Amino acid sequence: MKFIKRFYLGLVLAFLYIPIVVLIVQSFNAGKSRAKWEGFSFRWYEELFKDPNIMNSLVITLAIAVLASLFATIIGTLAAIGIHAMKRRPQHLMLTLNNIPMTMPDIVTGISLMLLFIFTQVERGFVTMLLAHITFDVPYVILSVMPKLKQMNKNTYEAALDLGATPMYALFHVILPQVMPGVITGAMLAFTLSLDDFTISYFTTSPLVQNLSTLIYSQARKGIKPTMNALSALMFVALLVLLLVVNKRTAEEE
Amino acid sequence: MEEQRLITLENIFKQYDGTTVLDHINLYIRKKEFVTLLGPSGCGKTTTLRIIGGFETADSGRVIFDGKDISGIPPYKRRVNTVFQKYALFPHLNVRDNIAFGLKLKKMPKDEINRKVDYMLDLVNLKGYGKRGVDSLSGGQQQRIAIARALVNEPEVLLLDEPLGALDLKLRKEMQLELKAMQQRLGITFLYVTHDQEEALTMSDTIVVMHGGKILQIGTPKSIYDEPKNAFVANFIGESNIFPGTMIKDELVHFCGADFPCVDSGFGEDKPVDVVVRPEDVLLVGEDVGQVTGVIKSVLFKGVHYEMIIDAGHSIWKVHSTTMQPEGSRVGLAVVPFNIHIMHRMEEAQPQEEEAK
Amino acid sequence: MTNFKVPVWGYWMMGIGFAAFVALLIAYIHKNRGFRRPVFASPYVLWLIVFTVIPCFLVAYFSFTDPQGHFTLDNFKNFWDSNYNARKAIAPEDLKMYQDMGLSLEDLGLARDSINIDTLVFSLWMAFLCTAICLLLGYPAAHIMADREFKLGPTLVILFVVPMWMNFLLRTIALMSLLEDGGLLNTFFEWIGIGRQKLLNNIPAVQVGMIYNFLPFMVFPIYNVLNKMDYKLSEAAMDLGCNKWQVFYKVTLPLSVPGVVSGITMVFMPAVTTFYISRLLGGGKVQLFGDLIEAKFLSTSLNEWNVGSALSLVMMILILLSLGLLNKVDPDNEGGGMV
Repeated sequence: MKFIKRFYLGLVLAFLYIPIVVLIVQSFNAGKSRAKWEGFSFRWYEELFKDPNIMNSLVITLAIAVLASLFATIIGTLAAIGIHAMKRRPQHLMLTLNNIPMTMPDIVTGISLMLLFIFTQVERGFVTMLLAHITFDVPYVILSVMPKLKQMNKNTYEAALDLGATPMYALFHVILPQVMPGVITGAMLAFTLSLDDFTISYFTTSPLVQNLSTLIYSQARKGIKPTMNALSALMFVALLVLLLVVNKRTAEEE
Repeated sequence: MEEQRLITLENIFKQYDGTTVLDHINLYIRKKEFVTLLGPSGCGKTTTLRIIGGFETADSGRVIFDGKDISGIPPYKRRVNTVFQKYALFPHLNVRDNIAFGLKLKKMPKDEINRKVDYMLDLVNLKGYGKRGVDSLSGGQQQRIAIARALVNEPEVLLLDEPLGALDLKLRKEMQLELKAMQQRLGITFLYVTHDQEEALTMSDTIVVMHGGKILQIGTPKSIYDEPKNAFVANFIGESNIFPGTMIKDELVHFCGADFPCVDSGFGEDKPVDVVVRPEDVLLVGEDVGQVTGVIKSVLFKGVHYEMIIDAGHSIWKVHSTTMQPEGSRVGLAVVPFNIHIMHRMEEAQPQEEEAK
Repeated sequence: MTNFKVPVWGYWMMGIGFAAFVALLIAYIHKNRGFRRPVFASPYVLWLIVFTVIPCFLVAYFSFTDPQGHFTLDNFKNFWDSNYNARKAIAPEDLKMYQDMGLSLEDLGLARDSINIDTLVFSLWMAFLCTAICLLLGYPAAHIMADREFKLGPTLVILFVVPMWMNFLLRTIALMSLLEDGGLLNTFFEWIGIGRQKLLNNIPAVQVGMIYNFLPFMVFPIYNVLNKMDYKLSEAAMDLGCNKWQVFYKVTLPLSVPGVVSGITMVFMPAVTTFYISRLLGGGKVQLFGDLIEAKFLSTSLNEWNVGSALSLVMMILILLSLGLLNKVDPDNEGGGMV
């Protein structure tokens, strides 16, 4: 019985992970074939880094991820502190609103943002994609900072004011140091999500400004090239590392 | 004394979500006085303290500090400091930096800060703890740091919000005496909030009893204990027997089926009143000489005295006595006129008891 | 899209909205006689209004207007009959002329076409199948991991958590490369003598892709609830005379309902709305509701955007309804819905 149980679990995990493992192995295959192993090589990785389109997208992806996580962390941390200090009813309203971007399917979020940019006649491109990324990142930052605020003795802020600190001074020297671990987790989560996003980017950018995900999508529709394997493999590893780190941090905080 | 008023609260009114928390509070605090706001949780005492500290704003009314209206002044510009309920020490700073926090904000020279912090550490008996993290300290030590952190700023008023609430009984008693001694030594005005009547009686110069957002009585510990203004105060401060009675005429009151001579006057004739008799003021006498008689229902040994519950027909009496009478025996009860306290009957029901947090 | 104009009231609304926000903020600071912490949330409040609340209303606005900005229900009629707008675009006299020539609406390709409804129904069916299979596969997996005697459980669950956050597109591509004609699986089939199979560009491929992507979302919430459940409950049940199976269906199963409901929502919702899974694994031959919406917005015709908005609105309402249902069954979000 025990054996059957573990075998079953192994089977399910194999289903989830074999495609990824195969993809990563294939990316090191010297030949073009997906089935025949023609020797280990970095050939596709080399080609990958020579492809100006891909390198361009890489820069865009990283720039968006860095900027979006930076802005989202600032806005989200401030918002979490504000929401935490609110009275019950506005606090509930804010948390509900904050949940909307998280519960809405990505396609709806993407389309609604696209309509906003069309309505305001903002040309879609780098900036709109950045704005969209900040929008879906902030709720996760708030979600990471909130528990830290709840753990904090709520009187420390008042104690700082009592001892002569201005609200701004108290924010930077009393609240922030105490919630810093949550802020860092939030920033990392935002960065990961931004790197990871496809759907919302797809609807909020123009074909001229592609991040890696939208580039992979447009290429994959025509069939998978080996360089795409290499690119996907790289992204998998990067995301896996980031996610494991974030996961470990959140687990430790709890 | 009038000219020495340091803080005056004028008609302070505060509501949370439609619930009245402070109902037109008027109160003044003199210089170097130890004032305690005493009442059950939700009576508005903490809110009063927070309004003086500047953490809350009253819906209406004024806070006068040293002759100036400070209602709109934010906490960091007020010359008061607070010791918070759970200390609210900064966990990311060590003991020394916690105490120095306020001084550094005043841009005081480094050596002066060091001198003052050392003096404070000495004062609260924590010499040599400066480099320790605050989380490594015991509750009592954290308490002392919180006091030191506030006092080092030499505030004119120290606000203390149930500072001893988290300590165990023995430590609490020690700290009560220490706080009182500290206050007398430093000559700082203390405004102390507690729900512990014994704490209030031990430390205060003046006690302000609050209930349901109103001040019920202001007075010295002795006057509040001996002459409670109404049944609530009598009940809250110490144990007491409270009976409904009728003031027959000046210096004669009827309750528990008997007429008792007393020392109160001015209530009018045949007026309903509440009568308070402290359990230790009831004398156990022979059945034939008692003003009322009853049967002892239960006897509990309480250490210094016995607590007896006596059924006197229409009324139940609680009696403290150092001599024990066996359960079931009939006794007579007597009270000397001086120990009978007459109060106006409390008319209406008590206001709500919630305090929005 | 270049000829889209912001209506005059649009500018007014933006201006008035921003002014009102600033005024409210100042009033709030003034009322509190100074700075209070909730003010820190004000940038995000503005952000939420501009990038979350207004876009939601814009979806509704576009659903109920034509490209000229006039109120219309045509977009929803078009949802019912995808040729509605096309038919309307033809001048009645032209239509009459064609009909006089003996051409029917069918011949003109203008007869009622229920493709939108059909696609929605098909998507719901695919999502339902996906959810059911995920539940059948996922519940036992969660149950095995939550077993207290299985020491590896808490470690293994991370292997289910990580894919939840990981790019669906990448994972779909990994699957796609495995299933391709020249892919590893077909090579394997050839080797064992079954011969190559057509594994891609059909409905089963899309279904497998959906299950592959969403299975972790079923396993995790169920594991969460089972793991938090007090094991003494099953001991008590055994003490009272239940055998293993009775313990399962009398105690464990009823108590895991919040996790199951949470899992069902978390699988069903993305399954209804996906579009790239069907595009990549279905090769354009399998169309889901998400594909339909995507196609509308890829179109250059103004009209299609409004129709696309109407379709999105239908989807939003479907999702809100199912979320409302979830909140009824699992009000405390015990299943640990989101994170």
